[in-house]
Amino acid sequence: MAQSQRVPVLAMKGITKQFPGVLANDRVDFTLEQGEIHALLGENGAGKSTLMKILYGLYGADSGTISVRGQEALIREPNDALRLGIGMVHQHFMLVQQFTVAENLVLGSEPRRRGIFLDMNAAVAKVKEVSEQYGLAIDPNARITDISVGMQQRVEILKALLRGADILILDEPTAVLTPQEVSELFAIMRNLQARGKSIVFITHKLKEVMAISERVTVVRRGRVVGSLDTSSTSVDELARLMVGRDVELVVEKGPAHPGEEILVVDDLNVLDARRLPAVRGVSLSVRGGEILGIAGVDGNGQTQLVEAITGMRRCASGRVMLAGKDITNSEPRRLFESGVVHIPADRQRHGLILDFSIAENMVLQTYYRPPFSVKGRLNWEVIRSEARRLIEEFDIRTPGEDVPAGSLSGGNQQKVIVARELSRQPELVIAAQPTRGLDVGAIEFVHGRLVEARDAGKAVLLVSLELDEILALADRIAVMYEGEVVGVLSRDEATEELLGLMMAGAARGSDPDASEVATG
Amino acid sequence: MSRPRNGGLWQELRVPAAAVIIGLIIGAVFMAMTGANPLTAYGALLSGCFGKPVNISETLVYINPLIFTGLSIAVAYRAGLFNIGAEGQMIVGMVAAAVVGYAGTGLPRAIHLPLTILSGALAGAIWAAVPGYLKARLGVHEVVNSIMMNYIALYLSHYLVNGPIKDPQVIAPYSREIADSAKLFRFFGGFRSEFRVNTGILIAVAAALLVYYVLYKTTTGYEIRAVGANADAARYAGINVPKAMAVSMLLAGSMAGLAGAVQVCGIQYKFLDLFAFEGFGLDGIAVALVGKINPFGVVGAASLFGILSRGAQMMQGIAHVPKQVAGIVQAAIVFMIAAEGLVEGWLSIPGLSLKKAGKAQKEDA
Ligand SMILES: Nc1ncnc2c1ncn2[C@@H]1O[C@H](COP(=O)(O)OP(=O)(O)OP(=O)(O)O)[C@@H](O)[C@H]1O
Ligand SMILES: [Mg+2]
Repeated sequence: MAQSQRVPVLAMKGITKQFPGVLANDRVDFTLEQGEIHALLGENGAGKSTLMKILYGLYGADSGTISVRGQEALIREPNDALRLGIGMVHQHFMLVQQFTVAENLVLGSEPRRRGIFLDMNAAVAKVKEVSEQYGLAIDPNARITDISVGMQQRVEILKALLRGADILILDEPTAVLTPQEVSELFAIMRNLQARGKSIVFITHKLKEVMAISERVTVVRRGRVVGSLDTSSTSVDELARLMVGRDVELVVEKGPAHPGEEILVVDDLNVLDARRLPAVRGVSLSVRGGEILGIAGVDGNGQTQLVEAITGMRRCASGRVMLAGKDITNSEPRRLFESGVVHIPADRQRHGLILDFSIAENMVLQTYYRPPFSVKGRLNWEVIRSEARRLIEEFDIRTPGEDVPAGSLSGGNQQKVIVARELSRQPELVIAAQPTRGLDVGAIEFVHGRLVEARDAGKAVLLVSLELDEILALADRIAVMYEGEVVGVLSRDEATEELLGLMMAGAARGSDPDASEVATG
Repeated sequence: MSRPRNGGLWQELRVPAAAVIIGLIIGAVFMAMTGANPLTAYGALLSGCFGKPVNISETLVYINPLIFTGLSIAVAYRAGLFNIGAEGQMIVGMVAAAVVGYAGTGLPRAIHLPLTILSGALAGAIWAAVPGYLKARLGVHEVVNSIMMNYIALYLSHYLVNGPIKDPQVIAPYSREIADSAKLFRFFGGFRSEFRVNTGILIAVAAALLVYYVLYKTTTGYEIRAVGANADAARYAGINVPKAMAVSMLLAGSMAGLAGAVQVCGIQYKFLDLFAFEGFGLDGIAVALVGKINPFGVVGAASLFGILSRGAQMMQGIAHVPKQVAGIVQAAIVFMIAAEGLVEGWLSIPGLSLKKAGKAQKEDA
C-alpha cells in the first residue's frame, strides 16, 4: 500500500463471528476512508448486517480488531460506538410508533429543564436545527405511525446525526423506499458526504452501487471476496463476484398465453384504518397465465387493495370473484383453501412469526391439514422434512430448519415466505414486494418462479413499487393513483416515462376495459 | 421436542443457576445487615425443607398447587394473555370439588374421584371463560375482568361456606368433609397421615406433560403459540385468533381449577373459608415467568418457589430471621432470575475476554 495514504477513518481487521451453525464473518477486513461512500455488497446471509452490528456494538466479535481514526477501539455496546461517532440505521427500523418524530429523536438523551422535566420545546428546536443543517426536511411533531417509511428513515438518520455520528452505517436503506425517495436519500447522502461524513451503504441494487459509491466491498459467505473502486467495475462484474457465477439480470420469458379470468375485482371500494376511502371503484381482472403488475407510488391504495382481496380488510362495496365464485370478504382460510397465496409486503409483521422455527413458519397456513397433522396431532417428522426440502429448493441460508426465523438474515426471511407461498399449488398468486431485500441471485430465482407459475396457467397479481420489477415481469400493468386505477396498459404500450406520468397522476392510460379487450 | 435448542441443558440452566446463587448472596448480605446469621438462616432453610422426611413431604405439598397455577399462567401467556385470574379460578375449583366430593358420597371411587377432580377443572374453566370470551369477542382487556372475577370468586365462596354448603355440625365456616371415595391417596399412611404429600403431585406432573403435549404436538397448541407470538401474522395465515385465545383461557382456567380440586381432595378434604386470597395464583405468575413459560420450566420454578416459601417460614421459625427479610431473600432470587439479561451480562464479563483470547488464538493457529 502507498505510504502517503491517509489514515482510514475506520479499519476493521480479521473480524470473525460464529453463530450456532453459521460462520457469519470469517476474518473480514474492511476499511472506510474519510468522506467516502462505501458500498457493502453481498448475497443474502453473506454477513453484511452482522459485520455492521459488530461495528455498532450490537454483537461482540469472536476475534479481530477495530480501529477508528487510527486508534484501536473497544466497542462493547452501541453507546461505545456512538461515543466514537458511529451511527447506524437498521434494516428494520427501531422507532417507537406512538411517539412523535421529536420524541423519538431525543429518546435516551432528552433535553431537561431543572434536571427532571422533559423540555420538549428545546427538543423540537434542536431537531429543526439539525434537520435544516443537513437538508432533511421533516415535521418534528408528526407521529411515527402517520408518516411514510421514507420519512421514518429520515428520522433514523437524524437520530444518528443528533448523536454526533461521523460514520454512518445505512443497512439496506433503499429496500423500503420508492424510486423518488431513493433519489432524495441519495441527495441527502451526498450532502452528508460534503460535510465530511463517511458512509457505509448496504444494498442489493447494483445500479445504486454504481450511482452513489466511490468504493465497494463484496462479501460472500462471510468472507471478503473483493474491494474495488466503483469507477473501475461494472454491474456484471459485481454480480459475478457476489454470487460466484454469472447472473441473468433480465428475466427470460416468452409471450403470455392468457386463459380464463381467475381474479375479477369489480367496482371495489375499501376504507383505510382511519376510515377514509383508500381504494376507489377499482375494477381489475387477472387471467390464468398472465402477470398483472400494479404500479404506483407507495400509499396510493395498493396495500388496501391487496388486503381486501386477501380477506384482511373488509370491502366497503364491490365484489371480488375467484374463478367465478364470489369471495368478497371471505375468511383468509377459505381463500387459501381455494388456491390463493399471498406474499405480504411487511414480512416481519404479517409474513412470519419470528420466534417460530423455520419449520413452524413453513406450515403457517397448512398446519391443520394432512400430511402436516392428522386428527389435530402435528406430524413433526413430515413438517420438518418439508421444511428441509424447501430450504434446499429455495436456497435458504440457515444452519437448519429448527432455528428461529428471526435469526435469519433479512433476505433469507423473505425467502422463507416466498418458498412457503409458491410451494402451495396456487391458482392465484398475490405478490406484494416479493423481492424486497433479496440479492440479485435470489431475485433471479423468485422472478423465475413467478414466470413459471404464470406459464403453468396461474394468475399472478404483482404489486411492486419498483418499476424495473413491474416492467420485467408484468404482461399488463395497472397504475394506481389516489386509490383509483388510472389506466391499464399492455406491456408493449408501457414505457417508464408514461408509467411515471401516470403514477404521478399527470396522465391517464387507455380505458381499463378497452385495454383488456385489446390484450384478451 | 419441536425445537431443540443448541447448547444443551447447561446453557439453559446456566443463567437461572447463577441467578439463584446471586440471589442467595444478596439475601445473605441483607440478613447480615439486620443482625441475623446467614449461615444459620440458610441452614434452617435447608433443614426446614429437606431435614426430615416430613419436611420433604410438606415442601412437596407446597409445590403442588404452584405447578398448576404456574401452568395456568403459562398456557394463557402463550396466547399472549395475562391470566391474573388463576387465584379466583382456583377458589371455584376448590368449592366445586368440595361440593361434588361430599354430594357424591356413595359413588364408587373409580367414578367419584375423577368426577370430583374434573368438576374443579370445569369450574375453573368456566370462571376463565368469562374474561376469555370478553377478550376474544369484544377485545376487552382480560386483566381487569380477571381481577373482578377473583373478587367474585372470593366473596361467593365466602357466602357459600357460611351458608348453603356450611357443615352444620361445626361452628367454624367449613364445608362438610368430602367422602373417602373422593380423596387422593397419601403416599405414606392413610388419609390422616402426617405425610400429606399425595397423588396430587402426580396429577400436577401429568398436567405439565399434557400442557406440553397440547402446546407443541397439537394444532390447537400451534394456534395458541402463533397467536401469542405474532397475532397479526397468525391472522394473515388464516388462524382464528379469538378462538385460539378462548381455548387457551379455558385450558388455563382448568389448570387453576385443578389446583383447587387437588388441594381439597389431597390436603384439606373440605372447603375452608378464605379471609383473603391465598396467593397461589399470584405466585403462579412468577412461577410461569421464571419457568420461561415452558411446562417443564414451570415444574422446576414451582419447586424453587415452594422451597423458598417454605424455607422463608423455616428461617423465621428456626433462625428468627424477620419475616420481611426472609421475603427479601425470596424476592432477590426471583428478581435475579427475571432479570435474566442482567445476569447473562454479568456472566459474560469475566468470560468475555477469556473467550475472545482463546478463540483468537485458535484462529491464528
Ligand atoms: N442473531 C443471530 N443468531 C443466529 N444466527 C444469526 C444471527 N444473526 C445472523 N445470523 C446468521 O448469520 C448469517 C449472516 O447474517 P446477516 O444478517 O449478517 O446477513 P446479511 O448479509 O445482512 O444478509 P441480508 O442481505 O439478507 O440482510 C446468516 O446466515 C444468519 O442466519
Ligand atoms: Mg442484512
